Amino acid sequence: MGDLVIDTLSMRFDLPNGSSVQALKNVSLKLAKGELLAVLGPSGCGKTTLLNIVAGFLAPTDGQVTLNGRKVTGPGPERGMVFQQGALFEWMNVRRNISFGPDMAGRPASETRPIVDNLLRTVGLQDFGEKMIYELSGGMQQRVALARCLANDPDVILMDEPLGALDALTREKMQGLVLKLWKETGKTIILITHSVEEALLLGERLLVMAPRPGRIHKEYRLPFAEMGVGRDLRLVKKEPEFGQRREEILGMIWDMEEEIMGRQEETA
Amino acid sequence: MIVFLLYLVIFGLAYVAYRFWERSRHHIHDFASLKTVTFGDESAVSPNRFASVVSIIALFAIWGAFTGSVITPLHVPGPFVGDTSFTYTARNAAGETDDAVAHLRVYRVGEDVPLPEVSDKPHAFAVDDAVKIGAWRSVLSRLNENDIGGDDPGYSLIAIDGQPIAPGETVRFSDGEITMTNKGSLSIKPDKGWQMEPIWLPAPEAVLSRLGEIASQGYKNFSLWEHLGYSLGRVIAGFVIGSIIGIPLGYAMGLSNWFRGWFDPIVEFMRPVPPLALIPLIIIWFGIGEEGKVILLFLAALWIMTIAARAGVSGVRISKVHAAYSLGASKWQILRHVIVPNSLPEIFTGARVAMGVCWGTVVAAELVAADRGAGMMIVNASKFQLTDIVILGIILIGIIGYGIDILMRMAEKWLVPWKGRG
Ligand SMILES: Nc1ncnc2c1ncn2[C@@H]1O[C@H](COP(=O)(O)OP(=O)(O)OP(=O)(O)O)[C@@H](O)[C@H]1O
Ligand SMILES: [Mg+2]
Repeated sequence: MGDLVIDTLSMRFDLPNGSSVQALKNVSLKLAKGELLAVLGPSGCGKTTLLNIVAGFLAPTDGQVTLNGRKVTGPGPERGMVFQQGALFEWMNVRRNISFGPDMAGRPASETRPIVDNLLRTVGLQDFGEKMIYELSGGMQQRVALARCLANDPDVILMDEPLGALDALTREKMQGLVLKLWKETGKTIILITHSVEEALLLGERLLVMAPRPGRIHKEYRLPFAEMGVGRDLRLVKKEPEFGQRREEILGMIWDMEEEIMGRQEETA
Repeated sequence: MIVFLLYLVIFGLAYVAYRFWERSRHHIHDFASLKTVTFGDESAVSPNRFASVVSIIALFAIWGAFTGSVITPLHVPGPFVGDTSFTYTARNAAGETDDAVAHLRVYRVGEDVPLPEVSDKPHAFAVDDAVKIGAWRSVLSRLNENDIGGDDPGYSLIAIDGQPIAPGETVRFSDGEITMTNKGSLSIKPDKGWQMEPIWLPAPEAVLSRLGEIASQGYKNFSLWEHLGYSLGRVIAGFVIGSIIGIPLGYAMGLSNWFRGWFDPIVEFMRPVPPLALIPLIIIWFGIGEEGKVILLFLAALWIMTIAARAGVSGVRISKVHAAYSLGASKWQILRHVIVPNSLPEIFTGARVAMGVCWGTVVAAELVAADRGAGMMIVNASKFQLTDIVILGIILIGIIGYGIDILMRMAEKWLVPWKGRG
């Protein structure tokens, strides 16, 4: 129990012109509670599709997802989602954004207020509670998005390139924050990223996916996330094993991209 | 044409003067003035208030200058007013010639002036004449009528101030022009100058005093405030009803296939039909009362608000909706807390457009048929050539329309401060 089970998931999109795209084929995966899975892969290999199915926004054409033994049939508060950007509600201030989940559940303000205060402190925004979303920088906005997700106390947190739009420095800070939150809260996390470094740093487990059809290419278990908790992530990057893994995975994705390009040239 | 050139000259002079003044002044370092690239950067362009003020003053100055107004010391030449005269030479049937003087008195229309006094003693056979002419007008006069033998065949006028004249010809005298008609009468036109006649364009102070008069006494059985209030009331009624129906309809079209399918043809068909084109039909169906006008404005606002609400719904980022679902919101909560607030900026834009269209439409509808309202006031006044009321009406309509837009913009700033910052 407490597991997220993805069972021989397939997803086919039928296009209006009659053709179809096999976005996922027979993807199976099991995540124990508290595991942090990073997902890497070339563009179009079905990462977002996989996450959307787990979140319940899409119904798979085949297979199923179960969380704690219950089949996923739609979105629900036990699976929180952090988007790349622009998913905050700019008509609410920071505080109301964070308390959105509890508010919708009808929990009284007296109960949510301390939770929100706590989260604001955790993500380092204690002085920004009354600010409007558009008054914050991109990195601050993503911290609000993280806090909003945590306020709902989900079992699983799904992140689709949450740090993709941030500059390198802010991104590094945020990676540390994600690790810290992961350790402190013990949440199960699936994190999609385009950055091999980020995947290595954050992924306790790492999934490399391959396209056409979208499938699991290779899986790793990595020590770096544990190492990085509470430490300067730059030190982790200096580990010899880190560099080695990075080259290996970069090469793997490079080959896949090359193959896609080649195939496109043939068909063209 | 002259007015336009004059306006261009004022524009140029004001700009040069402003630049000159600005250069001699200490610079304020606000954000826009610190930018090195401003040409082509729209955000660095803000209206120059000095220019706005000069522009308005210039308009009034030109208006005043061409109407002989008291508000400006400089005037273009006005029409000739006062006494003048010319000498005409007549030839009688016997072939003899004689001179007589025509005394002209040009007066301001509306003033009561007597004819100039002349002696009725003939020189030889021609007798002096007295003629009264309103400024900007002309008169057709048979100066030979009082001459001895003036009605005989063969009697004719042959010269004005020594200049020969024949039927169809025009000559100048000291203060105007004289044309001889084919029948031998003289059409006397004193100089009109460059100023506009009040029935074409009254002076600003005439419009202002008319405002005072109408504001205190009303016009055509209704006070000025009733006229304007009725127009405004119709607009608000039509707009409110249009919004009450249009906004939910737009939401429904943005959220449901069935509603979208059902109403799409109607909305897309009605959208390009200008509300003005519906006026005749509305009058046939509902007459000229309040009901028809409110329905017309309702129709004008309805499609705009429907389309704005629909656009507001389709403009919501799917990730916002997904985020709300993932946070446990129900459909109803998503509508209430995500879709509605997200669509407010679009709806406000729509509301501003709708109010503008409604205001224009109500005036047009009142022009066609109404017993009260701003539009009715100006058509009615135009029928009696009360140009000052027409101009007053136009100014008030403009001011109110502008006022509505300013209010809407203020409401927008206050209610949807996040507009354009998603
Ligand atoms: N709604 C859809 N309709 C049709 N095809 C889709 C749809 N969504 C995704 N696809 C296709 O499914 C495949 C996988 O898409 P997906 O968005 O999951 O890729 P991704 O790995 O997230 O890519 P990226 O890294 O660029 O975000 C792509 O080929 C895409 O074209
Ligand atoms: Mg994606």
